Amino acid sequence: MTRTEDLVLDVQDARRDYTVGAEPVHALRGVTFGVARGEWVAVVGPSGCGKSTLLHLMGAVDRATGGRVVIDGRDVGALGDREATSFRLTHVGFVFQRFYLLPMLTARENVELPMAEAGVRPAERRARARDLLGYVGLGGREGHRPSQLSGGEQQRVAIARALANRPALLLADEPTGELDARTGREIIGLLGRLNADGTTIVVVTHDDTLARAAQRRIHMRDGVVERDER
Amino acid sequence: MRLLLAWATLVRSRTRTALAIAGVAVAAALLLDMVMLAGGMRDSFRDLLLVRGYQLRLSPKGTLPFDSEATVDSATALVAALRADPRITAVSPVLGGQLAVLRARGAPATDAGATSAHVTAIALGVLPSVQGDYERRTGADPVRPDQFVANDEFLHATGARVGDTLDVAAGYDPQLRQYSARRRLALVGTARFFYTVADRPVVALPLATLQAMRGAEGADRVSALMARVADGADVEAVRASVERRVPRVSAISTATALAQVEQRLSYFRQLAFILGAISLVVGFLLVSTLVTVSVNERIGEIAVLRALGVSRAHVVEQVVLEGLALTVTGTLVGLALGLVTARYLNAILSDFPGLPASFSFFVFRARDAWRALGLLVASGVLAGVFPSWRAASLPVATTLREEAVG
Repeated sequence: MTRTEDLVLDVQDARRDYTVGAEPVHALRGVTFGVARGEWVAVVGPSGCGKSTLLHLMGAVDRATGGRVVIDGRDVGALGDREATSFRLTHVGFVFQRFYLLPMLTARENVELPMAEAGVRPAERRARARDLLGYVGLGGREGHRPSQLSGGEQQRVAIARALANRPALLLADEPTGELDARTGREIIGLLGRLNADGTTIVVVTHDDTLARAAQRRIHMRDGVVERDER
Repeated sequence: MRLLLAWATLVRSRTRTALAIAGVAVAAALLLDMVMLAGGMRDSFRDLLLVRGYQLRLSPKGTLPFDSEATVDSATALVAALRADPRITAVSPVLGGQLAVLRARGAPATDAGATSAHVTAIALGVLPSVQGDYERRTGADPVRPDQFVANDEFLHATGARVGDTLDVAAGYDPQLRQYSARRRLALVGTARFFYTVADRPVVALPLATLQAMRGAEGADRVSALMARVADGADVEAVRASVERRVPRVSAISTATALAQVEQRLSYFRQLAFILGAISLVVGFLLVSTLVTVSVNERIGEIAVLRALGVSRAHVVEQVVLEGLALTVTGTLVGLALGLVTARYLNAILSDFPGLPASFSFFVFRARDAWRALGLLVASGVLAGVFPSWRAASLPVATTLREEAVG
């Protein structure tokens, strides 16, 4: 049993309702689980089961309509927009399925972006961006623009960007979804190495290989946790 | 970093950015030209009237200076009377006429010049010490009775040079086919004339010489007079007093002339104002449309930036910077374009018959120009505010979900 104070992420009876047109949608119907520091968790389930909604609550980009989401000791539902933005910047790292690198910036500039936003000095952020790109295996490609990189390389840059401000939690939304099997395996390997080095990771995925690589799998169906498998 | 992002975003769609800059440049050029036109004619006219500091112009009753062939008689007495007024510090009488150059440089030295002129010039009889009609460029003023100065057009038409002596005549009688008077005059200098029409040969010679050459119709007569009023004196009061004392003349002050011109030019000013306002609106709409299109194309990207922790204020700042960069670049290009266009248009409009050579339609006044262009830049910033705020207010989670589905 993990103690509450050891949890990086503590989701308590989280609910998320919204309306599509006039129809009420209950995307999450009371989800409860915790993620301990250094853990790697995969959230899996069929399309429409609420995985992405849960990811957005865990990343403080959306607010639960019921229950609580606590990240690194902060109840993110209680944060206003400005505080939530600042919290995301320093406590959460996001990796997206489509990478979403800024095409006009180089790999290094993309990695520097969150640090610049956080007010890190140019020399320091440049050095850290180089280190991170080296860590994800892109040393020497820091001057390349996204269009000059393969899909796997772009995802590596996106992972380096997510780690820029040393977040407590790395959230990844289908990080292998746009990649071929071999490149997907490389990204899974990279996530494994990150986790081994102490990064707490939560991935939302349909990819069985990725889900099996995680230490724990939370199976969702119809907005609730169906099974929590270690 | 935001500057870099704004710049990179603009560079990303080079053609669109170039077209946007071109559009803003055209709007800025039109705005600048309209501002230059709105005040240009008035300023040019005022500068023209005040070039020598004469605030009053006197002409035969019921006419404007050089508006007709009419002249004022007893000019010597009139000048003396005006000079006797302590409020008047200088009086400059002018007689207009025509001067025929009978033999120009290089022409055969025959007597053919007696009946046919090679060049006909506008002639102004002036008192060189107080004249207000020209600015001497080279040589000396025509202080002796047999001297004159001429403009470049005269030199070009006759081939004469400063130092040459020319046979000239005045008072041509078409029935007798003869001139009433002929003189041999020395060209002692070149000058730029303020009030005579462009591209016409013009000369200035001593008033007494031209009066004598015009015979009876020139005897002690002048076409117009200019008077300089002492500092502190009420010009309108002097004008009224002159008209009272000398009923055969009409006096008009520079202020009155300007007011009349202002009234006549109000149509131009309104037109310029409307076109200027339209160019501002066009600039605003152009930047607004382009920034909106650019933001709409990058909605997913902006949502990701927000998810990564980029604040709303910084998203607004970046998008506004894009609009600002477009507007400032377009405005600078437009400034150059506007000046070139104004120069070209001025050259065309200045060819209108009857306009003084030194009259300008478009006058660049730095303060007005910067104010107008500053307004355009401000409108460009405003144009970026709405799309930027829209971008910053995106619901991040919904946008990310929609982008993932899309």
